[in-house]
Amino acid sequence: MRSFRLDEYRIEEEPFYQPTGDEITLFEAAYHNQLPILLKGPTGCGKTRFMEYMAWRLQRPLITVSCHDDLTASDLVGRYLVKGGETVWIDGPLTQAVKAGGICYLDEIVEARKDTMVVIHPLADDRRVLPVEKLGTLIEAEPEFAIAISYNPGYQSVLKDLKQSTRQRFVALEFNYPTPELEQAIIVRESGLDESRARGLVKFAAMTRNLKGSGLEEGASTRLLVHAAKLMVAGVSPLSACRGAVAQALTDDPEMLASVNELSSSLF
Amino acid sequence: MAHPSPLSEDAIRQRLDRLLEVEFSFRDTSLPAAAIARLPATQQAWLLEWVQRVASTHVELGYQLACKGVEASRLMSAESFAEWLYHAMDRYDAEGLRPALLVLEHYPEFAAEQQARRQGALLRNHEGVLNRFLQGLSGRPLKLAEAEVIFTDSETLYLPTLQSLLPTPQQNFELYKVSCALLWAQIRFGTLRALLREPSIEEPFLQLFHALESLRLEACLERELPGLHRSLLQLEQALGSTLPEPWEVLRKGLSAPDVDASDVIRMAHQNLGQLSPYPARGYQGTLKPERVRSCMEHRVQREKARFRVGLNTLLEDLKPADRAEAAETPRLHASQGEDQDVFSGEIEILLDDMPLPLPEAMQSLKRSILLDLGEIPDDYLQPAGPGEYDPSLLQDESRDADDVWHGSYHEEGAWLYDEWDFQRSHYRRNWCAMRERQITPVYDDFVNNTLQRHHGLIKHLRKTFEALRHENRRLKRQREGEDVDLDALVEALSNAHLGFEMSDRLLTRMQRNERNIAVIFMVDMSGSTKGWINDAERESLILLCEALESLGDRYAIYGFSGMTRKRCELFPVKRFDETYDDEVKARISGIRPQDYTRMGFAIRHLSALLRETEARTRILITLSDGKPDDYDGYRGQYGIEDTRRALVEARRSGVHPYCITIDEQARDYLPHLYGPAAYSVVDDVRSLPLKVSDIYRRLTT
Repeated sequence: MRSFRLDEYRIEEEPFYQPTGDEITLFEAAYHNQLPILLKGPTGCGKTRFMEYMAWRLQRPLITVSCHDDLTASDLVGRYLVKGGETVWIDGPLTQAVKAGGICYLDEIVEARKDTMVVIHPLADDRRVLPVEKLGTLIEAEPEFAIAISYNPGYQSVLKDLKQSTRQRFVALEFNYPTPELEQAIIVRESGLDESRARGLVKFAAMTRNLKGSGLEEGASTRLLVHAAKLMVAGVSPLSACRGAVAQALTDDPEMLASVNELSSSLF
Repeated sequence: MAHPSPLSEDAIRQRLDRLLEVEFSFRDTSLPAAAIARLPATQQAWLLEWVQRVASTHVELGYQLACKGVEASRLMSAESFAEWLYHAMDRYDAEGLRPALLVLEHYPEFAAEQQARRQGALLRNHEGVLNRFLQGLSGRPLKLAEAEVIFTDSETLYLPTLQSLLPTPQQNFELYKVSCALLWAQIRFGTLRALLREPSIEEPFLQLFHALESLRLEACLERELPGLHRSLLQLEQALGSTLPEPWEVLRKGLSAPDVDASDVIRMAHQNLGQLSPYPARGYQGTLKPERVRSCMEHRVQREKARFRVGLNTLLEDLKPADRAEAAETPRLHASQGEDQDVFSGEIEILLDDMPLPLPEAMQSLKRSILLDLGEIPDDYLQPAGPGEYDPSLLQDESRDADDVWHGSYHEEGAWLYDEWDFQRSHYRRNWCAMRERQITPVYDDFVNNTLQRHHGLIKHLRKTFEALRHENRRLKRQREGEDVDLDALVEALSNAHLGFEMSDRLLTRMQRNERNIAVIFMVDMSGSTKGWINDAERESLILLCEALESLGDRYAIYGFSGMTRKRCELFPVKRFDETYDDEVKARISGIRPQDYTRMGFAIRHLSALLRETEARTRILITLSDGKPDDYDGYRGQYGIEDTRRALVEARRSGVHPYCITIDEQARDYLPHLYGPAAYSVVDDVRSLPLKVSDIYRRLTT
């Protein structure tokens, strides 16, 4: 049987996070005013890392739920399980966070099923309660509890859009790829790569981001660059590192792959 | 037949006479027949088959092939030979008999070119990669086009059709790449901008400037794209080009990072007459300032208009209320970074000293303006209402299909589709010009009458279709799930009491069963549907829409018709993103018989549309009254084979085609077209409305 021990969700060491604007102040202000937070931004630009950093900074346990298209409300709230001939109620991650005053971070919220909104809405406005339908109870959130959700506006599917009734409950923080200098610093810091090759990677990323919309759904994220940098530090040649960590991760289209590889081989 | 014996000269001559319709012409087949007779049997059969295929396009072409085929086949491989003939037939399709005959005539040149092609790289084959390569480099779309010489007008890069200076295709591709990068560098590192500032440009000056500037650009590339510069050096070596002595010294001076294009202009002025340009390397292009000027002027004007209008909308969005009160215009200015380089230096637009966040489209406009001008001039920062500019500057041109038809015919703005010629066993390239045209909506009581007449039927359809809707189902006895399955639990507990093992399947789980279907109905609007068939079609569509609305599948309806390959027409009745409203109903009511039944283009276009739609199952249903038929030879086997080919293409790309027809003879050819399972013949036109919905229901369950 699974169990959640909240202490495991406490972050002991300071995670590396490079602020790109006033997002830390904004988050703190929102947190202290008990406002829910919405993180917007493309994949791999540091949303999850930011949450870890903020949880560490505020010294609250962070429970991250990566949403997928089969995630239901009871996955968040909890469910009855059968244990030795008896039914036992097990709290879900959201209930745990609500009770213990942790931060619950729902990653890629648009992926979850629509019924999850039923439990998120009352938590995300001034009621701050979690209805547990199966127990017939309402749980009032601890003052330290916070809910944060993330979503990627880049997905252009009509099916995956946040409803106004949901978005208008949240304080929104926009994330984007960091500026070239910052991104370079992040790569160096995360992977230990030398400055000049890190600069090359950042340039490469900018080139792939130029291709967004003309064959690529997304440009290379900072995360991918860090992967490539780590490979390079491990002794892989820059070309193969870009090919494996970036180009292949971005697309399957052979012509696109060829173009992206030409770009990386021009740079290194 | 392991070793068929060769045909005699007489037999060949008879065959040629038949193929080339000698009876009605003055063609003499004795010479070609004699030449062919000397070939081995397999060669003879092969060549004669080609003569037949080519003669199906035009008899004269077939005759010319018969005359020259033997000689040509000696010069070319079988593959090149086929390439040569396809090329000739394409020319015939596009330009007529004379150019096609010229292609046949000039087979030695073609053979030589084929040789070059084998070692060379074709722009056509690498266009996709180079295009994206450039897009990645520059961030503004640059077009590629074929031309004799390498140059750019700042929007389009012109490259030779075939690059074959070096012995391998890979090296020749590298040549293309390096040429592209150098042309891009001309735009990126200010070459064109500096050049256009010169009041008058004489040819010797231009050449000297270009020679000097190329060295500077190569140095820029070395700094920006070291990998590319390495392959540039390799190419230089492979081409065996070396710089004359004084130039090596100059190269060092030009390689300093702080040299810019205006320095090079000055240098060119100083050295004019004393220094002669080194011979151009194979990847180097030329400069055509007059082309750049005209292209740039147009773009600058357009972008200025778009930028100012864009700023205006941006400001209105930002503070709609404030601005109305404070009548003063907001202060906008561009921050000029320390760094003069337009790329690394972030130039931001400041609104009252706060950076103004620009949306994606404006960002790329800004980038493009910076590339042309090197700065954002102040008058760009005056927001302008859309009324201040000619709307044609603000929108990309598009033409109304109806207008095009009224003028003389041209292919501008049309979708071009290939068509399969079964006799040739090859496509006719860009053969059909297709346009979308609007149906004039007819607001009459046709829809209401239909709904009333089929009142009971609609009720029935709705009910059966609603039953299809997969509501969420609760799965019992699951290992994982959100709720306890009480039945299973009771059973398991009693089992446990009896000493049996307790099952772990004790939970229930909701299973989503989403119908994920996109369907396009392709409705025959040919002249032959006039009368009751047209009525039945329209009624079917109404019933179908009513039923589909209750089902929730994504659907679209298009009518198709046309007359000759130059006027293929699709009539959108309901697009995917439109709702079934009064307008759509009026369009259904307004469906009128048009001309002929050309099907290939419609299938190709609509299956391309389907492919763009996100759905697990994609269906293309054709509603037709007869076999493919058009005015210009698109009938009989030709039409059927092209349609079949289009269906095969559709199926291969993941679209399920299905045909509903009321043609009684359809049983003869439909199995050939759709395969035996994928069609229905409706015998009674009156039952069409019911049948269509019924068939759809069966098809999707």
